[in-house]
Amino acid sequence: MSVPFTKEMKKDYTILIPNMSNIHFNIMKAPLALHGYKCILLNNNSHNVIEEGLRYVHNDMCYPALLVIGQMIDAIKSGIVDPNKCALVITQTGGGCRASNYYFLLIKALEKAGYPQIPVISLNFQGMNSNPGFKITASILIQAFTGLIYGDMLMMLSHQVRPYEVNKGDTDKLIEKWTNKLTSYYEKNRGYFGHNLKNNLNKMSDDFKAIPVTKEEKVKVGVVGEIYMKYAMLGNNNLEAFLESEGCEVMLPPMLGFFLYGFSNGIKDNEYYGRKPIYAFFMKHIALPYLHTYEKVMENALERNGFKAPASIKELQKYSEGIIDLGCKMGEGWLLTAEMVELIKKGYSNIVCTQPFGCLPNHIVAKGMIRPLKEQYPLSNIVPIDYDPSATKVNQENRIKLMLAVAKENLNKK
Amino acid sequence: MLHLGIDVGSTTIKVVLLDEDKKILYSDYQRHLSLIKEKSAEMLEKVKPFTKDEKVTISISGSAGMGVATECNINFVQEVYATRVAAKEYEPDTDTIIELGGEDAKILFLTNGLEVRMNGTCAGGTGAFIDQMATLLGIGRDEVDYYSKKSKQIYTIASRCGVFAKSDIQPLINQGAKVEDIASSILLAVVNQTIAGLAQGRKIKGKVLYLGGPLTFLSRLRYFFDQELKLTGICPENSLYYVALGAALSPSATQLSISECISLIQSYSGKGNFNQLSPLFNSDADYKSFVERHNKATVEAMNPKSYVGDAYLGIDSGSTTIKMCLISIDGKLLLTRYSSNNGDPVQAVTSFLKTLYTEFPYIHIRAAASTGYGEDLLKTAFKLDYSLVETQAHFLGAKFFRPDVDFIIDIGGQDIKCFKIRDGAIDDIFLNEACSSGCGSFLQTFAQAMGKSVSEFAGLAIKSHSPVELGSRCTVFMNSSVKQAQKDGSPIEDISAGLAISVVKNAIYKVIRAPGADALGKNIVCQGGTFLNDAVLRAFELEMGRDVIRPNIAGLMGAFGAALYAQKRAIKEDLKSSSILTEEELDEFSHKVTNINCNGCTNHCLLTVNSFRERKMISGNRCERPTLKKDSKALEELNLYKYKQELLYSYLDRESKNKDAKSIGLPLALGMYELLPFYYTLFDELGFNVVVSGKSSRSVYVKGQGSIPSDTVCFPAKLMHGHIELLKEKNVDMIFIPCSSYNVDEEKGNNHYNCPVVAYYGEVIKANQELGNTKLLIPYLSVDNKKHFIKRISETFGLNKGAVKKATEKAFSALEDYHKKVCTKAEELITKARNEHRRIIVLAGRPYHVDEETNHGIDRLLTGLGCCVITEDSISNRVPKDNVNVLNQWTYHARLYDAARYVATQDDMDLVQFVSFGCGLDAVTTDEVREILRKQDKIYTQIKIDEITNVGAVKIRIRSLLAALEDRK
Repeated sequence: MSVPFTKEMKKDYTILIPNMSNIHFNIMKAPLALHGYKCILLNNNSHNVIEEGLRYVHNDMCYPALLVIGQMIDAIKSGIVDPNKCALVITQTGGGCRASNYYFLLIKALEKAGYPQIPVISLNFQGMNSNPGFKITASILIQAFTGLIYGDMLMMLSHQVRPYEVNKGDTDKLIEKWTNKLTSYYEKNRGYFGHNLKNNLNKMSDDFKAIPVTKEEKVKVGVVGEIYMKYAMLGNNNLEAFLESEGCEVMLPPMLGFFLYGFSNGIKDNEYYGRKPIYAFFMKHIALPYLHTYEKVMENALERNGFKAPASIKELQKYSEGIIDLGCKMGEGWLLTAEMVELIKKGYSNIVCTQPFGCLPNHIVAKGMIRPLKEQYPLSNIVPIDYDPSATKVNQENRIKLMLAVAKENLNKK
Repeated sequence: MLHLGIDVGSTTIKVVLLDEDKKILYSDYQRHLSLIKEKSAEMLEKVKPFTKDEKVTISISGSAGMGVATECNINFVQEVYATRVAAKEYEPDTDTIIELGGEDAKILFLTNGLEVRMNGTCAGGTGAFIDQMATLLGIGRDEVDYYSKKSKQIYTIASRCGVFAKSDIQPLINQGAKVEDIASSILLAVVNQTIAGLAQGRKIKGKVLYLGGPLTFLSRLRYFFDQELKLTGICPENSLYYVALGAALSPSATQLSISECISLIQSYSGKGNFNQLSPLFNSDADYKSFVERHNKATVEAMNPKSYVGDAYLGIDSGSTTIKMCLISIDGKLLLTRYSSNNGDPVQAVTSFLKTLYTEFPYIHIRAAASTGYGEDLLKTAFKLDYSLVETQAHFLGAKFFRPDVDFIIDIGGQDIKCFKIRDGAIDDIFLNEACSSGCGSFLQTFAQAMGKSVSEFAGLAIKSHSPVELGSRCTVFMNSSVKQAQKDGSPIEDISAGLAISVVKNAIYKVIRAPGADALGKNIVCQGGTFLNDAVLRAFELEMGRDVIRPNIAGLMGAFGAALYAQKRAIKEDLKSSSILTEEELDEFSHKVTNINCNGCTNHCLLTVNSFRERKMISGNRCERPTLKKDSKALEELNLYKYKQELLYSYLDRESKNKDAKSIGLPLALGMYELLPFYYTLFDELGFNVVVSGKSSRSVYVKGQGSIPSDTVCFPAKLMHGHIELLKEKNVDMIFIPCSSYNVDEEKGNNHYNCPVVAYYGEVIKANQELGNTKLLIPYLSVDNKKHFIKRISETFGLNKGAVKKATEKAFSALEDYHKKVCTKAEELITKARNEHRRIIVLAGRPYHVDEETNHGIDRLLTGLGCCVITEDSISNRVPKDNVNVLNQWTYHARLYDAARYVATQDDMDLVQFVSFGCGLDAVTTDEVREILRKQDKIYTQIKIDEITNVGAVKIRIRSLLAALEDRK
């Protein structure tokens, strides 16, 4: 068990946050600052991150664990923080996937690396391994939730605009502008929630619409996969940028979907295994319907300017019908398959499925489902890509290029 | 305008020039030996005259061509896509293309829904793999074809990744199997690998094209494809050039003259996005002092001509080499031999002994001992006095140089062995698993591929200024890293140094999993042929941050240790003269190899029988059965695996009482290995005709292999596909595979999950296997909540709740009864073993590791060595619930931790853990189980299993464990 993060520590300790997605986490770190936590979002991505990961994490462990832990240890060793005045934060999902072990692996790694004094904060919804100095209050939760939505929105918009922008850099400038704007809202603790949320999203949409774009047709590529590999450029060798440099428009399903998926699993757990009826009732009749209003707000904001909006959790559930059961809930579970269906239906039938080498759930929900998808949607063009410390970029890019060659041919046929 | 296509592959460059009518004007094919820039310039010079240096259209393709193309701004065409374009032009009615390249395997389905498949990052290369195997056999690549034509016998060789296949072939060589038979087996393995790994359930039919180097040059490879696919494929004219042709045909090609193209390529510098490491040596002086330091660790040599008297012989029959050492009575080196065994160790020893007898008649062999893979074979063949497990031999050798040695690392041609020494005994053993083996021979093959000898190659590494970072996984991964380094234009020096560093990192981080030097020990001895490579040795020192000892006979340490052992034993037993074949006996010596099938059990293993006149030596068996005498049958009874099998298999032959009712099939795979008694009883009580799939076997696996969608999933899951086929053959009405996030709640951890694969594998079957009229039921339900389970079953089958309730109660008591029986039997076996003073081994894994095809009979191997074998679930309830240092929320894992905690308290018990290759969760459990055992000073042993059938390495591991335990006493 790790050293607890005490209330005293909160005053002068710096918390290191591993970076899963630039766009999201840059916004979401603001609420933590508002509540008095000193945080650093890690951006170190040198090769030494992998080296440190290999040194302290079992090589057969999934690649995200190796990267996340490697990134934190690399940061500590680099001296950006005082090892006696810092804490680490890591998510703990608590599901049947091995990813729920990250917390323990990080503690083991810290011991091996000679930093047993560093407290590790587990971020989870189940109340596992709690820390007196780090409380997820309702207010943090709401703020982080809005951050997530803003992040998703910026991601959706930028992906749909950047490949077509006439003046290179317009999109990135707008992301920066909005990130700063939102951060200042959080600093003032106002202007980010309620009707402001709706207004902000609409304004964002309008801003991006105003960017001058070309009308050329591009190959449309969807990206699905294990959540870290999908979003983190450290993990996927900056897949998004690679695809855009190859002349593609990229679609990444939003992060909100993953959370709603997690919530909805409680309902199935009750239906199939008789577990936690009250929790299931709450999710089904209160939480999910409430959260659906946010899905709707985002959808409206996107569609008012003709942008493609992500499918709601309900639609996604429908998409998985006849292909995979909603009870398949470990890792990304049925959501991954449903997202592939969604992408295909929206015209992103060229799909890169990112997964850590040997990812257990993905044997089933990703590689295992390609065949029925191909049968139902003959145009689907899916390439699973494995990531691990030694998988080379050349191999990965070569496979992606093969997928793109077929995609380009399909595009020309139209 | 003319059209030029350049295909830069992993090992070769191909160039094709087409005229306006797409006819070939000129073509060329050359190995590039990593010198992509130079070689392509040279080849282009030859094209120039045909173009009069006017502008032509140019496109580049090939796995190593991407970097060149991007940087030179020349159009790049993905190689699989290029193949397809060419096929459309030259063989328009093709249905399927099979293309094997240097390191890639591809299948293209052109008709009825275009699909292109490439091998995943895990599956090894094919052309390079055949090259590597040919090297192993000591024959040229083209000779593989020649030998294969003469074969009579096929051996089973794992068809997944190249490295796995290699570890199957090695023992065959050592056991004396014939080169021609091995050659055919290798080719067939390549064929199976391609079909199983790439077709993934889609049938290969119609007009099939064979393309690429291996399929062009090896007629037998085509023959085996034809045979397996039951069709006649064609290898078209220019089959080597399809990728280049496809590139030449590209509509978006760049227009350049050849001269312009050459100068562009000349300016290609490589991207430099490769990580560069610090050089191995900073200066010549640095290297000199390194050499001087290591020269100190020498054993004195003596001229054998002038020696008269007793001598001790040690023979180490390794994977690719054979090593022999003859020492004088005072431990001086008289004669040594280190040579490739060319696939025939018996021949190598015969010639050594003949030389010895004729040239040094005054030397008298007092005792001789053998060790290594071929220890049994050589002991029998030459009537040697002793044999010992190789880990012990290496330890004895190392002690000679450093009596206080506390860590030994040995990197040989095929394997890495490391052991920690504590209190004068081997304390912990690390062997590489099949997936990362082959480091030494990998360096060798690589050196050859670049046209260098091993020592030249090593010499280059020493001069490297900035070694490239090539990763630290198995050799297949290194292959692709090298590919990328080549792409980036790294010089050979840096690649060689990078490889040396990779070998070392692989050993340290993958095999030993050490966080740093201090964790290993203070007095480290490095041995094995690979350490004679100064670059590897230096890389090891740098990585460890300390100086180590490398004996001058680093490559002979096993043989040297065996000789020392022979000396020790001879003195102790007062042996005066060795029973080794004399000069006269050697003249009459004969060695014949025949093959028979064992009839000891249903596996019918193929046995290789080596006959040496009156003596025989059997190998190829998984268990000790064919080599044991009748009276040792009693040993087999001390085996809880066997008992569990009997209990579970009893359901196979059971006559259902509901014979005419609807039949329901239960596949005996994954979770069913735990819950068979439960589900059998449940459905039996509910009035179904219950049918259980059957026992696993190689052929059951093969039956289902075509529908496996993920080639990296664990073997127990792959077997599921075969069991479904078995049930289909039995014409059941429906097949039942419950999906369940949760397993039985034994209240051992925070939760009781299944792993994702066990939980939802039914979905994979549903999505990927053709079931015809058989209905597949994969309901989501769990046995952890009885009430809800009853509800789910009655919903699924539309049955009355009351009836289901009754049946469920009976099912639970059947399950409980089964568990009780297992625990009672364990008690009985433990008592018996203790009375007989036998060592008790808890062979811990998952319930499905009881499967014979999965565990490769390792349980019987243990009983054959005199141990009593019990399972993890039979003792896990003997300790109270306690916390462990990881998230303990899987039912099967909790049993492992508890079993380990119990073993830690028992003096005569040790734990050996089964780990299925690809089991991601075991990355967590192995470390934790090891820690639990280490705390109580127990040796932890892990055995990784996959579809490989070779148990040679496992045997060494287990024997080393037993020897170490014996030493500790």
